[in-house]
Amino acid sequence: MIEQVLPRADDGSWLSGLAKSTPILLGYLPVGFAFGILALETGLSPVNTIAMSALVLGAASQLVAIGQLAVGMPAPTIIATTFIVNLRHMLMASALAPYLRGWPRWRIAVFAYGLTDEAFALHAERVTRGPLMPPEAVTINLMAHGSWVAGTVLGVVAGRLVADIEGLGIDYALAAMFIALLVLQIRSLLLLAVAGASAAIAVGLALAGIDYWNVVIATLIAATAGVGIRSWISTRSS
Amino acid sequence: MDQHAVFLIILGMTAVTYLPRLLPALLLSSRRLPRPVEIWLGYVPAAVLAAMLAPTLVLRDGAIALGFDNLFLWAAVPTTLVAIATRSLFATVLAGMAVVAATRWFTGA
Repeated sequence: MIEQVLPRADDGSWLSGLAKSTPILLGYLPVGFAFGILALETGLSPVNTIAMSALVLGAASQLVAIGQLAVGMPAPTIIATTFIVNLRHMLMASALAPYLRGWPRWRIAVFAYGLTDEAFALHAERVTRGPLMPPEAVTINLMAHGSWVAGTVLGVVAGRLVADIEGLGIDYALAAMFIALLVLQIRSLLLLAVAGASAAIAVGLALAGIDYWNVVIATLIAATAGVGIRSWISTRSS
Repeated sequence: MDQHAVFLIILGMTAVTYLPRLLPALLLSSRRLPRPVEIWLGYVPAAVLAAMLAPTLVLRDGAIALGFDNLFLWAAVPTTLVAIATRSLFATVLAGMAVVAATRWFTGA
């Protein structure tokens, strides 16, 4: 759609990065907005709410963290959960690393800071057609970062005005975002099975009273089982 | 809430989020992770999202709740359909919030 509006915008320039990151802006503003409102509601100060978006830059992990802060979970649990939730970026950084060869270290450091799921999707598409262009790539990541912080600031400002969070369904933003990201992840039957197993284990652990570490434990078991089943299938079929 | 402690937690979250983004980008420009590690990391996103989502949908006050009064659970059906049809974060979040808000408005809950 954007390519139709700006037919010459795919030249690797920062303008091209600006055009391509418009969908990210549209996705991050409302979720950042919801995060800002929910964080204030949880009891975070406006400064800490904005600082979390500016520093961490991970929507899912931040929404989970404020839920954990609300029920008074200890700091190591919150940080460990954040690590697991954001571990997927390690795969994305690894996948893009060969295309960063020759970049100065400071530019890699800036680029890596803004490596979110949505930005990665754009970079992954770009490298199927050629090298990663620094002006475009860095602009995309900065736009993702900027719109996430901007959405949060709007939420913090509106949070003082919006009293009826439930009436607007804002308390469902997190679940809806997880559904969207999960649907995008399910690219095979095995991934569907891994997700199903992880869901069942997480619910089972929560029922057993383990609601601190259930996400971490369920993820480790389900992902490891997925690797096992995959290698079992490939030995059988070979 | 102790805002000073919250800020320290935010700094911890920042470190464990940034390092997995930065280190592979810096160190792996000419090498690759071992294949089994790559495959394992490929399963982490689906597993972690499902593990975070499922309890918020099926549990109410520490017990399984599959009835029609569990709004979050059945609102997931139209939300999932919108996600599959649009593959858009924006459209899915808006649809989910709209379904929940509209249901509450009509049922007066």
